[in-house]
Formats: sequence, C-alpha cells, structure tokens
Amino acid sequence: MRVLVPVKRVIDYNVKIRVKPDGSGVDMANVKMSMNPFDEIAIEEAVRLKEKGQITEVIAVSVGPAQAQETIRTALAIGADRGILVTQEGAEPLAVAKLLKALVEKEGAELVILGKQAIDDDSNQTGQMLAALLGWGQATFASKVELGDGKITVTREVDGGLETDELKLPAIVTTDLRLNEPRYASLPNIMKAKKKQLDTVSAADLGVDATPRLKTLKVVEPPKRGAGVKVASVQELVDKLKNEAKVI
Amino acid sequence: MDIHNSNNPSGDSASISADGPYFREEHQMFRDQLRRFVDEEIKPNAEAWEEDGLTPRSVLRRMGELGFLGIRYSEAYGGSAMDTVASAILAEELGKSTFGGFAITVLVHTDMASPHLHNFGTEAQLQRWMPDLIAGRKICAVAVTEPDAGSDVAAIRTHAKRDGDDFVLNGTKMFITNGVHADLYFVAAKTDSTVKGTRGISIFAVEKGTPGFSVGRALKKQGWLSSDTAELIFDDCRVPVANLIGAENRGFYSIMRNFQNERLVLGAQCIGESQAAIALTLDWVTQRKAFGAPLWEKQAIRQRLAMLSARVEAARQLVYHSAWLDAQGRDCVKEVSMVKALCGELVNDVMYDCQQFHGGMGYLRESAIERMVRDARVQSIGGGATEVMLEEIAKRMGK
Repeated sequence: MRVLVPVKRVIDYNVKIRVKPDGSGVDMANVKMSMNPFDEIAIEEAVRLKEKGQITEVIAVSVGPAQAQETIRTALAIGADRGILVTQEGAEPLAVAKLLKALVEKEGAELVILGKQAIDDDSNQTGQMLAALLGWGQATFASKVELGDGKITVTREVDGGLETDELKLPAIVTTDLRLNEPRYASLPNIMKAKKKQLDTVSAADLGVDATPRLKTLKVVEPPKRGAGVKVASVQELVDKLKNEAKVI
Repeated sequence: MDIHNSNNPSGDSASISADGPYFREEHQMFRDQLRRFVDEEIKPNAEAWEEDGLTPRSVLRRMGELGFLGIRYSEAYGGSAMDTVASAILAEELGKSTFGGFAITVLVHTDMASPHLHNFGTEAQLQRWMPDLIAGRKICAVAVTEPDAGSDVAAIRTHAKRDGDDFVLNGTKMFITNGVHADLYFVAAKTDSTVKGTRGISIFAVEKGTPGFSVGRALKKQGWLSSDTAELIFDDCRVPVANLIGAENRGFYSIMRNFQNERLVLGAQCIGESQAAIALTLDWVTQRKAFGAPLWEKQAIRQRLAMLSARVEAARQLVYHSAWLDAQGRDCVKEVSMVKALCGELVNDVMYDCQQFHGGMGYLRESAIERMVRDARVQSIGGGATEVMLEEIAKRMGK
C-alpha cells in the first residue's frame, strides 16, 4: 500500500515574524524556512507504518516554490521513499487539495496522512477538502493511528476524552501534535536522501487550475499586550470584566 | 580517503542555499537537525553537567548514533564523507548551546583528536578504532601540550624509546581536554632527540588502561566546566609499534596540519557563542527597563550591539570562506590563522559588552551570560594563542 504525505514549507516556528509595512503580507525576505511541524509528525507516522511492514511506500509531496525541494529532502531523510514537488506558489487549500487528489489517483495511494494545519496560515482545510473531493472517509486530529486489514483505527482527542473512529480504506488522516515525536534525521540518512528520487510536476501537468480565489485585504500585527492591573477585590474584578473588558 | 569533497559555490545553482554560497541543501538539513538536538537535548540538561565536571557519555553516544561524530569520515566506518564546511557548522551550532564545555568535549573528539587517526592511520588502525570513535562508543583526546610546551610543539619533552616491538613512553602532558574520561589518546612524544625538535616527534595511540599510563589529576578551570581536563602521566608506558600513527619522526608535521582544522572549528565555535550571547542580550535589553524605558531605547546600547553583530557576521563569513578553501584542498594557513586570532578576541569583546548590558544579573552564576564570559576567555589562549596566530599571519604578509 502506498501512502502519500504532503509536506509544506513554512516560516520556521522559531522565527519572530514581521508584517510588511504596507500590510500586504508577512515579510519573507531572508527568513528561515522549515517543514511545517504537523507535517513532520505525518511523515514520522507514515515511516513508522512502513517500518512495521504495514505499507510499502511513503511518497512525500510538496506544493510550493523550487526551494520546497529542501522540505521534501528533509522528509526523505526522515525515511520517505521518494518525493514529488508540484511547482505552484501561493496555492490555497482548495487548490492544494485538488492537486493532491490528482496525485493520489496518479500514484494509486490508499492513505493520505496530512498535518492537521500549517503553522503559517492555520487554515486547517486541506485534509478535509481532499477527503470530500475523493469521497473518502476522514479522521482529523489523530493522536493514535492503527492500520488494520482494509481499515484504519484512529484515536482523536476531543473535549472531555478520547474518540475512536474506524475507517474503511482508502482514507484521509490528519495529525495532531501528540501523535508521535518525530525522529532526528541522522547525517548518514541526510546524505542518503540526496540519492532518492524527487520528481517535479506542474499544476498544468496534473490538469488542475490552481489560480487563487481568495484576495488578501490587509495583514496586521496582533494587538500588543498591555500591562496588567491588580484588583483589590472580587467585586472590582467582576466590575472590570463587565464594564471595561465587556466579557461577562 | 579524501576529506576534501567537492563543494563548488559557483557551480550548481539549484543546490545552493539562500543562506550563502558555501551551503548546500545537506548542510542546511544537517544544521537544522543539530539545532534541534542542541535545543532539546543539551540546553535543558547541561547545567547539571557543569556541576558534574563532564558531559555524559550517553550524550556523545546519541550524537554518534545520529552521525554527528563522523561528519567527514569514510562511509566504510560509519561516517558521512561530508566536507570542512559541515565541520564548521557543527562547531557553530554547538557554540550556540551556550555551554562551551559541552561543545569542546565534542569538538576535541571530532576535530582535534580523531583527525590524527583519520589522516595518518593505516587501514588496520582505521578498522580497529574508527567505527567506535564515529559511533561515540569510544571517546578520544589529543595529548601534545606539556607544562613547558604549548604552541611551541617542538619543545615537548615526553619521549618514546624503541624496545623490541614496543615503544616506551615517559613524560607528562598538561591541559588535556577529555583527559580524564577518554578511551583513546593520541600522544605526541620525541622519538629522536638527536635532531631538531620539529624532526623527531611521533604520534602514538594509547588506550586507557595501558600499564604505565595514568591520569595525574583533573584540572580545575575558570570555564568549560562541563568538559574534563587532565594532566596525564606516562611512566615507562609500553605501547606496541602497531600503535604508531603515521610515519616515525614525522609527527610534528601531522600536528601542524591538524592544528589548521582545530583552529578553524574553534573560530566557528566562537561565532556560535557570539551569536547566542547577542541573542540573549537582545532579549534582555528589550525587556529590562531603566529610567522609564527598555535599555534598547538607549542608543549607546543598541549601537554597540549593532556593531558587535556586524563584526560577528563579518568574522562568520571569513570562517566559512576558510572552511570552503580547505574543502577545495587549497592552502589556507593564513586565513585559518586570521580566523583563530580574530574570533578568539572577538568572542571576548562580545561577552564583555553582553555581560555589561545584563547589569547585575550578568554577574550571577544563574545567568547564561556569566558562564559564557568564563567559557570565552580560553578562546584567545587555547588552540594557538592570539599572539602566535598573529605571527603566522605576519609571516605570510609578504614583506
């Protein structure tokens, strides 16, 4: 069984991001980029399934600029077997889902493991849209994944407990933070990753129209946090929450 | 075996990273993994190692498993056959840990001691020790310096006399990093005292536990506390001829060659330390308020930090340029001497100002900057003192 794992190149989680002065977006000049952390978890999970002998091939896919090859190489160093780069910049979740659908069909994948969201735009849409486009079952925010015969059992953390879902394959799974702890890519594996196959295709090759449909009006910094105040009594607190903060 | 792999900064543009012409994709990936390792495995734990006076063996073994200890060594022994640039990346990222003692423990093993074996060992010697060194199962040290001979290597007095199939070593070594806890020592000794000092030195691999070899005492230092440093004593220590590393009486030249690598990685370590100190100080001065505003609002402070950061960036470029020259197999003794002289002094300038801007907090043992100040001091002394390096540069200025 083949598993497809999309990996997105995003601004590194350690970087303090800045909004461009004209409010058109985030300043990306000379900013360190890395693999979206949720996608690292997705790759790790797929590689573990392969190491258990439950699947035969892990394909890492990225939709992005040429530099996203580096992100795919990281996935290959963690243990993915081969990579595919779809050269398409600024693709929105729906376009990415369409591109992935085309690749799933082309490669004959029966399981797609995705990060639940990317830390740059926090859309949390691609997995769900892909499931809808393919007409497959989906289990989002997985904290545990068990692959069975023709089915997959996924545990999800929900308010007040754990929910366990069983899905028929083929299926879509998106990963939560606690699913696993991704391994380090060892230096020998980084070197081996250089020799693994990495193909490049365009949106046109896959017959997908990836034209953006959303228009960004304005990007602003989050409001600065003001200094706190000490209150003398519960009464004062309630009064402030009611009349100043207007939250109760 | 060639440690100089091709690394062409003006060649294949697709594989060149945006971070600079010297870095390829695998360099960046390696740096990312190292950084995560340092953030997750070192920074939260190393405070205790400072107390213990050494970096735990389990940490070195873990680094071995991840291939961090065999960067430039042959794949046949578990290495990754990368280049000098990758070694500089290792040193820079370890320097950023803010624990100089941890960093030097690793760098002595990877870049100051084991290169003796890698560069000059026979196939049989490589097979015997290299896999364990690369995997971190055995840790090594290099013993050249003596109480009366540091940068002046030709003046060493430890000697080795041939006796049948053995050499018999006598003498004392000083300031030996990893000296207390290493398993394998590369020891310089005079094998011919009838010739000039430079012509009669040989290198021997001496294993821990060899009769006649003992650790005199663990030395207490100003900084680098998570690194063990020792005095070593050789008293009629018999070492088989099979442990002679490289040609007899040619040791001085192998030591000089290895000094180049040592100085380069020390320079890279200084750069990592400087960057980390500036980052810590930036955090501090943007939060700490004095006279009604963050310290960052004072031009005197922010401009000094800005200039330090410019100097560090410039020195960093020289480090990677030199690493790249070395990776090309080009002579870079002058550049490497510049790296050592420049970075060893610069890191101390950086620490002085950074501690100053931390105010009273920077004088407390609980602040990272206090430790970093102590750790930095040796960088202008060890591995070629600034004055010695400046003479090496002056000699090559073409008067």
